[in-house]
Amino acid sequence: MYDLNSVTKTYVRRGHTVTALDDTNLEIPDNDFVAIIGPSGSGKTTLLSVLGGMLAPTSGNVFIDGESLYDLSIEERTALRSTKIGFVFQSFNLIPWLTACENVQIPLMLSGQSAERQRSRALEMLDRVGLADRTDHHPSELSQGQQQRVALARTLANDPQVILADEPTGNLDSETREQVMTYLNEFHRDGRTIIMVTHDAGTAAFAKRTIRLVSGVAKSIVSPEAA
Amino acid sequence: MKLQSMIWKELWQRPTPMLTSLLAVTLGVTALVAIQNITVFSERKIAGDMESLGANVLVLPPSVTLQDYYSADMHGHTMPEEFVTRLALARMPGVENLAPKLCVEASVDTIPVTLTGILPRSEFQEKAAWQGLSMLTNAVGSDRGCCATKADVGVDDDPNSLATTRTIQELGERDLILGRDVAAQLGSGVGDTLTLFDEEFEVITVLPETGTIDDGRIFAHLHSVQDLSSAGPVVNVIEIMACCEDAAGGLITNLSAELPDTRIITIAQVVETQVAVNGLMSRLSWGFFSILLLVGGASIASVMYANVTERRKEIGTLMALGASRNFVTRMFLGKATLLGLAGGLGGFVVGSIVAAVLGPQLLGVEVQPMPMLLGVGMATATVVAVAASFLPARRAAGLDPCLVFNDA
Ligand SMILES: Nc1ncnc2c1ncn2[C@@H]1O[C@H](COP(=O)(O)OP(=O)(O)OP(=O)(O)O)[C@@H](O)[C@H]1O
Ligand SMILES: [Mg+2]
Repeated sequence: MYDLNSVTKTYVRRGHTVTALDDTNLEIPDNDFVAIIGPSGSGKTTLLSVLGGMLAPTSGNVFIDGESLYDLSIEERTALRSTKIGFVFQSFNLIPWLTACENVQIPLMLSGQSAERQRSRALEMLDRVGLADRTDHHPSELSQGQQQRVALARTLANDPQVILADEPTGNLDSETREQVMTYLNEFHRDGRTIIMVTHDAGTAAFAKRTIRLVSGVAKSIVSPEAA
Repeated sequence: MKLQSMIWKELWQRPTPMLTSLLAVTLGVTALVAIQNITVFSERKIAGDMESLGANVLVLPPSVTLQDYYSADMHGHTMPEEFVTRLALARMPGVENLAPKLCVEASVDTIPVTLTGILPRSEFQEKAAWQGLSMLTNAVGSDRGCCATKADVGVDDDPNSLATTRTIQELGERDLILGRDVAAQLGSGVGDTLTLFDEEFEVITVLPETGTIDDGRIFAHLHSVQDLSSAGPVVNVIEIMACCEDAAGGLITNLSAELPDTRIITIAQVVETQVAVNGLMSRLSWGFFSILLLVGGASIASVMYANVTERRKEIGTLMALGASRNFVTRMFLGKATLLGLAGGLGGFVVGSIVAAVLGPQLLGVEVQPMPMLLGVGMATATVVAVAASFLPARRAAGLDPCLVFNDA
């Protein structure tokens, strides 16, 4: 799925150079489930942005299915995000003035589907995350866990091959965390690749393997199942 | 769901700042539409007046300044009626008809009315016969090479000709002609008897509506008005129906020579002033329009910038979900287009209403909405709104999608 070749990302702000990713080499096969852990500021979000095609590395190459991601034009990368990559955010990032159903329709609209197809697919996805009875609610009328499930339905709408999640359970209590992780696990079993940043060891335990980032370097690779 | 419905929903999420920013643009269109509307209809009316009014020269007492053609006899200043005879006898080339008038205040059953004394054509013909002059039956002056005006054509005995040609063939000593409005006000019609200055008059006709102050007047024979109001043999104005070419040429000089103690004004001069006023108004309206559009553009731009800043995270999310820069640009420019169209439409509606209300009050012009101005208003408002939103939209499209992870 992904192949990172000595990827370095440095930020230069007011004369200071911050190395967020330092010569990282990483291979993520299809249908992998990776948890990325590491202290704050270690470059986890930076890595996810690079994988999502939203942040060009300072040096090095990122291949997605054999294609050099940052040799594509911005438009091509945008199109790729629309079809191949799904995101899950810590703060859900639902559009507050759209209903749950409309939020799920966004990626479908962006990939140019008809209105009927958008709606039926969105309803199907909401049903899948157990929110068939909340389709016309606005995000503010939903609980945190329900909001994250709407976000999961939205991520799933275009059937992406890979889901990039930045602390998807960071804002949730342990019960809803469990629920969200169950869904991510299901998506993984459906054959998708999941790359998830987390602070929480319990959440990381759902993954097949864990990558630990320290100061921008993928230092140790732990494989809990193997251990 | 489509882009349009997204724009629509977002707009109604917090409409106040957006709609407020539209105010200046709407006002600009309102000013333009209202003034242009009134101007155009006023010009049409002037053109219509020019055509339908044979009287194109006014002879006034010297101290009078003329505000409105139709109230040329409402100033209270007088001059001797003898001037009319002098003009009739002078047989100037180009003079086709004379219409002296005297206006007095009177009352019918305690209702105050304006009584206007007019002299029917038959009087001139009598005078001409009496003076032994070889007058043509339907013209006072010479018949030398004159263009046919409507005044010339309308020499039938129909008293309604007063409304269109401002002259009348016959009018008895105790006959009355009522304007449409005053007839309605008094509740009188043809054949009724009205008491004016303790004398009984018979209504011989009610004029068709003219849209001028003539609608509010009562007309009677000049000599009756003079006698009953004890004004003496005087008039307020002499309207001269002149042949167009002659009015433009030597006629004015001839008239001034004949009646040195009068003020002579051609209707062209009156109309010219009005046309000049209209032109000024029209230019002013474009000025207002431009200023308000500039102000409106600036205010839309600032509100749009604020909107982009406020929606950073939302834009980043859309980009992460696969929205292209082009989509984000269209989202903001689409919103601007919607605002522009709304502002243009609103301005047109308000402007047309203002024109319809103010037109009759200020200039006595009936005003109808002009669809052309709707097009102009909507197009310019849209162009301004879109132009003002261009940079904010570019900023939105240029946002770094990575901010979705970091912005709380
Ligand atoms: N836009 C930016 N400009 C400058 N420096 C940045 C930017 N984004 C991140 N950094 C820096 O890069 C480093 C890595 O940041 P990153 O957000 O990837 O960390 P993280 O592991 O996700 O941290 P956290 O667990 O707190 O979310 C940090 O030192 C941060 O200050
Ligand atoms: Mg982070």
